[in-house]
Amino acid sequence: MGKKLNNALNASMRNPLNADRRTDRFVGIVLLAVLYIVLFLLDNFLPQTSFTLMMIPVLKKGAIYSLLCVSMNLLNGFTGLFSLGQAGFMLLGAYTYAIFSIPESQHEAVYQYFGGGAVRFSFSEAIGSVLGANAGSWLGAIIAIIIAGLVAAGFAALIGIPVLRLKSDYLAIATLGFAEIIRAVFQWEGLGVITNGSNLLRKYTSFSNMKIGSLSFATLFPFLIVTVCIALIVLLINSSYGRAFKAIRDDEVAAEAMGINLFRHKMLSFVISSFFAGVGGALLAMYQTTIQAAAFKTAMTYEILLMVVIGGIGSISGSCIAAFLYTACNEWWLRFLDSGHLGSLSVPFFRDGFRKVIFSIIIMVIVLFFSRGIMGDRELSFTGLMKRRKAKKTAQPEERGSENA
Amino acid sequence: MPEERTVLQVEHVTMQFGGVVAVNDLNLTVPEDKIIALIGPNGAGKTTAFNCITGVYQPTNGIVSFMGKPIVVAHPTGKMKKTYKGTNADLYRHRRVIDPTPDEVTALGIARTFQNIRLWKSMTVFENVLIAKHMRAKQNVFSATFRGNAKEERRMRDETMALLKEQQLDKFADELATSLPYGLQRRLEIARALATDPKLLLLDEPAAGMNPQETQELAEFIHEIRERHKLTVFLIEHHMDLVMRISDYIHVIDFGSEIAQGVPKEIQTNQHVIDAYLGVAEDE
Repeated sequence: MGKKLNNALNASMRNPLNADRRTDRFVGIVLLAVLYIVLFLLDNFLPQTSFTLMMIPVLKKGAIYSLLCVSMNLLNGFTGLFSLGQAGFMLLGAYTYAIFSIPESQHEAVYQYFGGGAVRFSFSEAIGSVLGANAGSWLGAIIAIIIAGLVAAGFAALIGIPVLRLKSDYLAIATLGFAEIIRAVFQWEGLGVITNGSNLLRKYTSFSNMKIGSLSFATLFPFLIVTVCIALIVLLINSSYGRAFKAIRDDEVAAEAMGINLFRHKMLSFVISSFFAGVGGALLAMYQTTIQAAAFKTAMTYEILLMVVIGGIGSISGSCIAAFLYTACNEWWLRFLDSGHLGSLSVPFFRDGFRKVIFSIIIMVIVLFFSRGIMGDRELSFTGLMKRRKAKKTAQPEERGSENA
Repeated sequence: MPEERTVLQVEHVTMQFGGVVAVNDLNLTVPEDKIIALIGPNGAGKTTAFNCITGVYQPTNGIVSFMGKPIVVAHPTGKMKKTYKGTNADLYRHRRVIDPTPDEVTALGIARTFQNIRLWKSMTVFENVLIAKHMRAKQNVFSATFRGNAKEERRMRDETMALLKEQQLDKFADELATSLPYGLQRRLEIARALATDPKLLLLDEPAAGMNPQETQELAEFIHEIRERHKLTVFLIEHHMDLVMRISDYIHVIDFGSEIAQGVPKEIQTNQHVIDAYLGVAEDE
């Protein structure tokens, strides 16, 4: 009997948050299901208003940026490698996706200066010819997205060999350089038959092609892909390898002395992060419906880095929250600052670019006063919130004094 | 009497940084099941010697063997050929250089602790030990991500808990490693090193910053873990009481070179050692 009790104690010691974790997982799945249903209704049955017209693009972009932020967080926040190559890997992903998704019939139009291009193969079309157009779009897009991620990961593995021997700032500079080189190479006319030079790639499968029967999944699709990807990253981070990454972040010397092969683990983190950056790039290409290498500037990396910092370095939920908030502010809530008037009042300094001024000020305030970001390195959890509420309630009658609230 | 096996053998190890010879021609043998100490005044090159053994530094010259197999082989190369100030420059010239990384050395069965405690700060006591189990776990990144390693993970967690219990750290399992008092942090660092299943434990000043009582406890603790885990211990230490009490054999170095070796009694009365520690009166 004593042994049984001991075993139970042992189990609770090994994994003290087990019950809480199960509740959190349950609540998370329920909330996700609700979100999916709402998005599905938004796509198909709810009336389009000016409100939803603004909101839907923000939701799509927010979801994509969530994935990009989380992938960057895996590297910068959890492995402690300061890399700024995100835009480069996104570009690789976006182009790989687009190149393998332009239907045969559109090649002449898209690659008009390069004789119709060299890669005349579209996954969507190939599968579509066998299984029907809708199934073709779904499977073709998913396969192309995975290949996009693999190409980005492959490049990461190649440049990781020299670059990952560098530390902190030097790594940042080297990866930044890589991203810029990739952008330049993709704009080069010499590769025009594949990349279309500095011209747009377009006419490939986009979110609006995602249908089953007559039902649209234009908003739900990116959410589905992003949830799967983020779930994979979370699983990785909570695994033995994720713990090893965190050990490297906390103290490289100790990690190495405890038998963690630094190069191998850094490479793993770098390659996996790049894979998901590539997937994010592919989704961004789908969202934008046209892509151009010139758009994948360093500013894009900084934007993602900013979201990661705002959300909290080392927090997955923080990254997601920040990605949605940032996108919403940037594309929706602060738009009025550029419009020239507030309600019916005409405000002279509310003109183009004023939004950016306000935005910069907000960011400065965040960095100065909330330097650990929204979430710090904690995660948002239902049980955590409940405990906090409880702590607040009990703390109020006996004055203040609960520090973990 | 059964024949003594040699766990660690250091031969002619010299470490030169630029023009400074930090360790010069160090030779020592660590027999199985013994506690061997390396002592010397500040800056004598003790930690450098450790770093040469554990793969943190590549020595300039010399061989380190573990269980009879060479794990580090080095001889002066490149510019060092001309600037080398140590001895035996040609001894290993024809041997293939072996320069392992610290994790490779740990994988062979040599674990170490650090002079300035290096625990993973953002992690709990439990996680600190658990991560050290990562190296020996049979898994890959896919099986770990998709939880195909559930059995292995369970085994790691069970072993970690058992180890914490054995070191009486189990009641702190879920506390941040850095929230522990200093003495316990030292103990946790040793527990973490034990989690890598070593045959040889290298302790870098385990008693640094401890009061006499904690030092006393540490001595017992070292004896205890040596018995229980069938370890050989090689330590660097400043605290003379501790060294004299627990060591079977002592090497003394000063300015990178060995000045004495022997059992504790001999060292206590050795004039060179006394001079090195107290300084020599140059004039009366």
